[in-house]
Amino acid sequence: MSVNALDVENVSVSHNGVLAVNKISFSVQEGDLLGIVGPNGAGKTTLFRAILGLQNYQGRIKLFGYEGNQYTALLSMIGYVPQKVNFEPNFPATVYDVVAMGILSKKKLVKGATLIQSCGCCWNRIFASSSKDSEKIEEALKIVELESLKNRRISELSGGEQQRAFIAKALVKEPLLLILDEPVTGVDMEVQNKFYSVLRKINKENKITIVWSSHDLAAISDLANRVACMNRELFFHGEKDEFFANKDLLKTYSESAMQLHMHKHDL
Amino acid sequence: MNLDILSYGFMQRALLTGIVVAITCSMIGLFLVLKRYSLFGDALSHVAFGGIALGFFLNIYPIWTAFAVSVSTALGITKLRKSTKISGDAAIAVLLSSGFAMGVLLISASHGFTIDLFSFLFGSILLTNVQDTLLIVAVSCGVIATLIAIRKPLIHFTFDEEQAKVHGIPIEKLNYLFVALAAVTVIATMRLVGILLISALIVLPNITSILMGKGFKKTILISISISVTAVIVGITISYYFNLAPAGTIVMLMVAMFVGTLAAKHAGLFSKNVLQEENNPLTNH
Repeated sequence: MSVNALDVENVSVSHNGVLAVNKISFSVQEGDLLGIVGPNGAGKTTLFRAILGLQNYQGRIKLFGYEGNQYTALLSMIGYVPQKVNFEPNFPATVYDVVAMGILSKKKLVKGATLIQSCGCCWNRIFASSSKDSEKIEEALKIVELESLKNRRISELSGGEQQRAFIAKALVKEPLLLILDEPVTGVDMEVQNKFYSVLRKINKENKITIVWSSHDLAAISDLANRVACMNRELFFHGEKDEFFANKDLLKTYSESAMQLHMHKHDL
Repeated sequence: MNLDILSYGFMQRALLTGIVVAITCSMIGLFLVLKRYSLFGDALSHVAFGGIALGFFLNIYPIWTAFAVSVSTALGITKLRKSTKISGDAAIAVLLSSGFAMGVLLISASHGFTIDLFSFLFGSILLTNVQDTLLIVAVSCGVIATLIAIRKPLIHFTFDEEQAKVHGIPIEKLNYLFVALAAVTVIATMRLVGILLISALIVLPNITSILMGKGFKKTILISISISVTAVIVGITISYYFNLAPAGTIVMLMVAMFVGTLAAKHAGLFSKNVLQEENNPLTNH
């Protein structure tokens, strides 16, 4: 018996009486790379915050089939990279320090692993289970290619490098699920491409389930196997090819994103 | 200059308390500075003054009343801020003036001015008796040990509250514990520099060490070294030149801060930038 990594059932979120997310339902299978598209203000971040327990919502959300206390226990095994991490610019943390913050205590790791095994899911560890914390940190830095910058202050890095450091921080906890909220918006092409190759690597090689929102349709068509399209409501959820074959959908709900996509191909 | 300074009991006590308090202040101060709570210590010290006055008024050992009043106020204001969304600076202004007003009121009400107001305002490290020394050292060691035990979640929480929450850190409990530790630290520090200068011990060593561009561990160690040096040198200078110890210690810290700032301006800590130019990975 295999359970979905994530089930979102009829989830609604309202901010001061205005519906930011309206009755959205979808599920993510283990190993999926789900790309979520939708214009700015479509409620993508709000939906992620609901999944992460940072936002009150109506409806049900299940992680590996679990709700309630077990959901909360598994929450710490989600890797989350927000659009922008707001930290004090003077914070005296090196890249290594930041990645080290992601290390999950043994107790939480064991509890999460037990829950996952009991529901029949397979948990693909990124690092050898015997490796020490310092080895895990080094390995995560290697995956995002930041080893040479590990002793630099996080504030001295460029935006794209910072996002890679935060991805390493999310990876070092050996996540069951990785949630990425427009992680490379506003970052130059070269860094974006490097980021995309990292994404492909952790999804294909480490079999990490990923939910990823982006405006970059070209990248989504390259990397994702499934696509969800939302603007407060869910307009589409299914196989990638089906989404890209549906010109009406593309035109109506991703016009601005589409222009970006065309522009990129003109270059 | 010989070392006869160390042969006096009051000097030994002053140096011992000073060093322990300096370490505690540096450690708790780094988190306060990074959370933009720099003036929180100042506000709490004024509240502690109210607590001390309450002790004199009720005829209870004043340190106990100071502990009770500051810790409960610190926890209360944290809860209040959460529920009413009062801005941090306004909350500090309210705490600071109300705590001090309460102190002045109670002192005037306890008749006979047997209490040396001056020593509370500017510290009385050289007058520390054995009982106070033991208490301050024990409390400070408790704070240091707790901070070491909770350092990992506390660093994560200070860096990014939401990420820490997703990570499964009980951020509310942690925040209350941290604020209580800060309140306790402030009372331990009052003897050293007095309520008016506590902020200096919390802020100055930390902003100086942050300037040096190191990682977390080194930053905290540098900060501790700065404040311990300032305390030892400050107490020594004040003894030989008959100056106020609190003022001397704080001015030494200011001098180290200005010196570091000048050195940074002159490019003394910019080694990293030069390395960066040779690093192909960072040249985007």
